[in-house]
Formats: sequence, C-alpha cells, structure tokens
Amino acid sequence: MTLNLWLIPVLPAAGAAINGFFGRRFSNKMVSAVALASTAASFAWALLAAIRLLGMPADQLPYIERIGVWLRSGDFVVEYGFYLDHLSMIMMLVVTGVGFLIHVYSVGYMGHEGGYYRFFSYLNLFMFFMLTLVLADNYLLMFVGWEGVGLASYLLIGFFFLRDSAANAGKKAFIANRVGDFGFLIALFLLVKHFGTLQYTDIFHKVAEFSPGIESGAGLLTAIALLMLVGATGKSAQIPLYVWLPDAMEGPTPVSALIHAATMVTAGVYMIARSNAIFSRSTTALAVVAIIGCLTSFFAATIGITQTDIKRVLAYSTVSQLGYMFLACGVAAYSAGIFHLMTHAFFKALLFLGAGSVIHAVGGEQDMRKMGGLKKYAPYTFWTMLIATCAIAGIPGLSGFFSKDEILWQAFSSPHGHWAFWLLGITTAFMTSFYMFRLLFMTFFNEYRGPVAAQHTSHEAQPHAATASAEHAGHTHAVPPQAPPTNAHDHGGHGEPHESPWAMVVPLVLLAVLSVIGGYVGVPKALHGGNHIEHFLAPVMPTITAEAAGTAHGGAHPEQEQSQAAEDSSLELTLTGVSVAVAFAGLGLAWLLYVKRRDLPAKIANSLGGLYTAVLNKYYVDEIYGAAIIGPLIAFSTRVLWRGIDATLIDGSVNSGAQGVREIGDSLRHQQSGNIRSYAGWVTAGAALVILYMVWMGTR
Amino acid sequence: MVPISYYLVLSAILFACGVAGFLIKRNIITIFMSIELMLNAVNLTFVTFAAQWQALSGYIFVFFVMVVAAAEAAVGFAIIIAVFRTRETLNVDRVNLLKL
Repeated sequence: MTLNLWLIPVLPAAGAAINGFFGRRFSNKMVSAVALASTAASFAWALLAAIRLLGMPADQLPYIERIGVWLRSGDFVVEYGFYLDHLSMIMMLVVTGVGFLIHVYSVGYMGHEGGYYRFFSYLNLFMFFMLTLVLADNYLLMFVGWEGVGLASYLLIGFFFLRDSAANAGKKAFIANRVGDFGFLIALFLLVKHFGTLQYTDIFHKVAEFSPGIESGAGLLTAIALLMLVGATGKSAQIPLYVWLPDAMEGPTPVSALIHAATMVTAGVYMIARSNAIFSRSTTALAVVAIIGCLTSFFAATIGITQTDIKRVLAYSTVSQLGYMFLACGVAAYSAGIFHLMTHAFFKALLFLGAGSVIHAVGGEQDMRKMGGLKKYAPYTFWTMLIATCAIAGIPGLSGFFSKDEILWQAFSSPHGHWAFWLLGITTAFMTSFYMFRLLFMTFFNEYRGPVAAQHTSHEAQPHAATASAEHAGHTHAVPPQAPPTNAHDHGGHGEPHESPWAMVVPLVLLAVLSVIGGYVGVPKALHGGNHIEHFLAPVMPTITAEAAGTAHGGAHPEQEQSQAAEDSSLELTLTGVSVAVAFAGLGLAWLLYVKRRDLPAKIANSLGGLYTAVLNKYYVDEIYGAAIIGPLIAFSTRVLWRGIDATLIDGSVNSGAQGVREIGDSLRHQQSGNIRSYAGWVTAGAALVILYMVWMGTR
Repeated sequence: MVPISYYLVLSAILFACGVAGFLIKRNIITIFMSIELMLNAVNLTFVTFAAQWQALSGYIFVFFVMVVAAAEAAVGFAIIIAVFRTRETLNVDRVNLLKL
C-alpha cells in the first residue's frame, strides 16, 4: 500500500510555481483560488494519509516511501524519501491544517496590499519546504527543508521590502539562522563520518548499538546533540540566537502567525524530538537543552511584560513558549514538547491572527496604548482572542493548560528534571498569564484611545502605496469580494474601528475551537485522563514513565510501585493546583493594573527605574551583540577584508600587472616609427649582434 | 696564386659598402642596389670558400642566391613602381605612413 506522500509537499510547490510564474497576470481571485486549492488539497491528502497510517499494523511503522536515490558516493547514499510516523503525522497535520486556515485568513487580510500574488506564492513555497522538512526520511532532505523555510521566512519578513526596517529584519533573521545552520551542518558531517549514513532508520539503528550506553561527559553523541542544538536555537529562536524573531514581526501578520509562531519556529523542537535517540543518550546535551529552554522562556517572558507593540508582545511570548518546548525535550519528555508544540500552534496562530484582526480594525496601528475598548467594535475577534489568551495563560479546561502543565510536571518529576526548572517554569507561567491578559485588557477593554478619523490607505505598507495603486489599476478585482461594502479603509478616511471580513473571522473561530479541544488528547492521568498523546507517540520516542520505571523504580515491588504512583499523582495534583493559582494570579494582577487602577503601571515602572528601562530595551541584547560581534565583524570586513585584501591586495596586483604591460607597450610603441631607415638600422644592428654571437661562439 | 684572404677582404669591403649604402641612402633604388651589393659580396665569399675546399655545394649555393636576388628584384621593383605611382617620390623618409 502506498500513501503517495510526495503529493503533500508537491501540491503547495505547484501552487507556488503557478502563482509565482503567472500570478502577475491573474486576478486576485484567481491567485487566492490557486493558493487555497493547493493548500486545501495538501491538507486533505495529509488527512487521508494520516487515517490510512493509523490503520496500518504497528510492525509496518514507520511508513517509508522511497522515491529515488539523490546522492551516491561510495557506500554513502542519500535518498529522496518520505518518512511518516506518529511524530511527523502530527507535524504534517498541524502544518497543513493551520497553514490552510492562515491562507484563508490572508485572503481577507492581504486583499488590499500590493504584491498579492507574490505573497501567496511565497506562502505556498513555505508550505512546500516545511512539509519537506517534516516528512523527510533523512537528515539531508530535512536540511533542505530547513534551509528552504529559512528562505521563505526571509522573503516574507522582507515582504514590504521598500521599508528599510523590514528588509533589515529579513536579513537579520536569515543571518541568525545561518549561524545555527552552521552547527546543524557540522552535526550532519559528524553523523556521516561516524555512522556513514543520514537515513533516519539507519542512524537510529546504529546509535542504539553505539557504546557507551549513556554518555555523561563529552563524547561523540554529546557533540552531535549539542551541534544540533545550535541549529535548533537558531531556527526556534532560543538563547543566544533568539534576537531575530521579535524583529521578524515586520512581516505581514499572517506570516507571523504561520511561520513565526505556529510552524517554522517549532522546527527545532521537531528536530530534537526526531533525534531523541541521540539526545537521550547524552545527559549533558539534555541538561543544556533544558537549561537553554528554561532560561529562554523566563527571559523572554520578562521582556514581554514591558512591550507595547501588540505583535512584539506575542513574539516574545512565542520565544517564551518555545523555551517551554525545549525544556520538555531537555527533560526527555519529548511527547510533552510535541504536545505543547501542537496546542501552541493553535492558540498562538489564533493570537497572531487576532492581533492582525485588531490591527486591521484600528487601521494599521500596532501600539496597544492607542487601542482599547475594541470589545464592542470587534466582538468575534474579542471572544476568540479571549479563548486564546486563556489557553496560553493556562486557565483550566483549555489546551494550553494541559500541555504546559504536562511540561511543568515532567520538569519536576522526570529523572532528568530538577525542581529549579519547575520553579522558573511556574514563574514564567505567572508572567505569561500576566502579560497576555495585559495585552487583552489594553486592547479590548476600557475606552478606545486611537484617533477616530485617521487618514490611511493600506495597513502596514505605507511606502507600498505606489505598487499597490499599480496593482489596483491592473486588476479590477483588487478589492477582494469577501470584503463587505462597509470595509472602506482603502478609500481614504478610516473611521471607527470595525470587525474584519468573514474570511478573517472564520479561521479565528476554527482556531478557537481547536484551542479549546486541542488539549483533551493529553489529559494527564492525575486528572483521570488517558494522556493519549504520550501513548500515541510512544512508538517514536520512549515515554518518560517507561524510562523512569526502568531506572528509578527498577526492581520495586508492584505494591510499592502503586503507592509510588499514587504519591506521584497527588504531587502532580498539587503542582497543577499551583499552576492554576498562578494563572489566575496573573489574570488578577493584570486586571488590577490595566483595568482597575490604570495609574499604577507607570508608578511601578518609575519605582523600578533602571531595571524597568533595561527590560523595556530588551536587556540591550541587540546593542550588546552589535558592540561585541556585529561591530567588530563589520570593522574587520571593511578594514581588512575589503580595503586590505580585496582593494589593496587583489585589485592592486591585477591593476599593477595591467599597468606594467601598458607601460612596456607604450615605450615599445615608439619603435614603430614608420621611418624605413630606422628599421634598416635595427635590422643591421640585429644582424651584427647575430654575427658577434657566432664569432664569439666560434672562438670559444 | 692570389691568397684567399684578399678575396675575403674584398668581399668584406663590398659588404660594408652595401651596409653603409643601405643605412645612409634615401633613394629607394640606391638602397635596393646596396642590398644587391651585399648579396654579391656574400656570393664572392661562397665561391672563394668553394674553390678553397673544392666543395661543389658552395657553387650551387651561389646560383640559389642569384635566383633569389632576381626574384627579389622583380617583386621589389614592382613594389617600388606601385609606391612611386601613389606617393610620387622615391625618398624612403617620405614613405612613412605605416606606423603607430
């Protein structure tokens, strides 16, 4: 039985090609039709493949589809192939499903922007690369997807390329990612050198036989895992390479939702989970992953508290939540990380799309201080955003509660865990709840603080107006048919805030539904759930409980184990209670500061003084990087590489060579005088020389 | 019998005269004649050595030189006539268009 998995990435690629090559001549309607149809078909095929995969007997897993041989060099062979197991199935469904919803949303959101076809072409291209990354059956093909999503991300961050900040943000993202890719690539070289293959199945097989069993210090597997981690920190925006993600918010909001929240940035988590066979064998690497994840989540959350740009708050929140996923992977609770990855994809995509809807409603404003009171203008957006905020804050009953709690519990109880991880995690949970409700209250509650009749042509893209009007002139269907007639914001005055067109609202509602129910696949045992997702992923990765039973409670009597389990269960319930308490505490504090006593935040900020300024300026990390790395690098490149080596050495040697030839030629030129008697003189002199030589040779 | 050195000295004198005329003269026909003089000086050397060493190839070579001189004269005079027709001069200093 073949699942024809190749169709899943190829369909969006076809969409990207059609829109990219011919989209300029299409109407906007046609462009949306191509983009949506290819994504929808891909999603449908992914669903079909998932259902058929679940019907397969367990011994046939993972399902591998080989297309052909890509590279062959002696014994080293890399294939084109697709690899479907439970892990890539979840990723594939999240990418295609959330991706499709965001495509629908973009039809409404991007309707009056220039370069409409370009946007959808890039978006489909991203889908292609992301699905390649997720479905690849070897690390090299994964790396192709890995680089490809970086490219798509670069193109989409810099989508409004006429704006300098957007172009720079695109470059920053690309370069920060390149630093990570460098580490990943070296990890791949090490794999090739020591295992002679990059196919997942072969590598996992060989790693399993590799001795020693568990590396505690420095060793080959530790080195590979740490280098992979470097790659993952780049792609998934962890310390120290997270700096690109907040700037990536220069891209259109649907891009932030799809690439910089739901899918691409989780590629690092996916990679670690996929390589769990390697990571689990090195306690050092796991500890580093956990520490990086934990610190990132804490650090980013503190920055998130002070930001006032709605998208930046969400960006730091994304970094923070990715930190949770790393923490989960770092305590070897990969399934918890993937669980949070999935729920996070739902609620963070929803939050970004909601933020986009808010920005749309107030006519391009992103500063939360100029919003407020939008509850009555944009009710759908408000209710869906409320659900997403509750989900991310960990209010019981929503998806984020279950997944975050699972991570916190694992961070505490796993053999690789530590109470300090839990403590930082729970503090982060409190801050998350606080800044998310702060966002919600500042945006939707109290009174509207923005200008009512702001002049405005096109949100996000003021410098793009020329392009936009050219596009409008070219297509009579420039205003999407989905936009209701009241939607007058590209015809001058913006007027009052308003609800978004249905193409934007429907994805919001669907994602809200997913944000609520998404958590019920992983209800922990302590709450009388089955924790289905852990069992579901068990074939791919060893569950933490099985491992714990093997190491910690090995040889214990069944009764002891049972009492241990009961103890664990009550402990888990206590910790859950604590996290619920901090979630509500965050909510309450936000309510107090941003609804009841709105003079307080400024006072608190004043009393904190320097600390507040430091956090507001993101701990000056960009400035430190600029002074410590980027500045010297630019100075070195300019002074030594450019002026020294390139301009002086290379250009100098070439130019002086040419100059020398020219001067010799210039002096020889005068021999060609046109005077026959001077020629005759030269001939005679030459003959005389020859004769002299012969005489000299003869007399010797 | 006249010593061989006399022939060689005469040949050298003739050759030097030819070289001097070749370098000094401006009239293209005189230059031409100087060249013929040098060729004949060489011819004289050839026959001198041929007689000295009783070697036939020396005599044969003289004929070759004569044939070449005749051919050269035919081509050379054709060129001289062509130059005279266009430039209306035999002064080589005024035939100086071919230069950089």
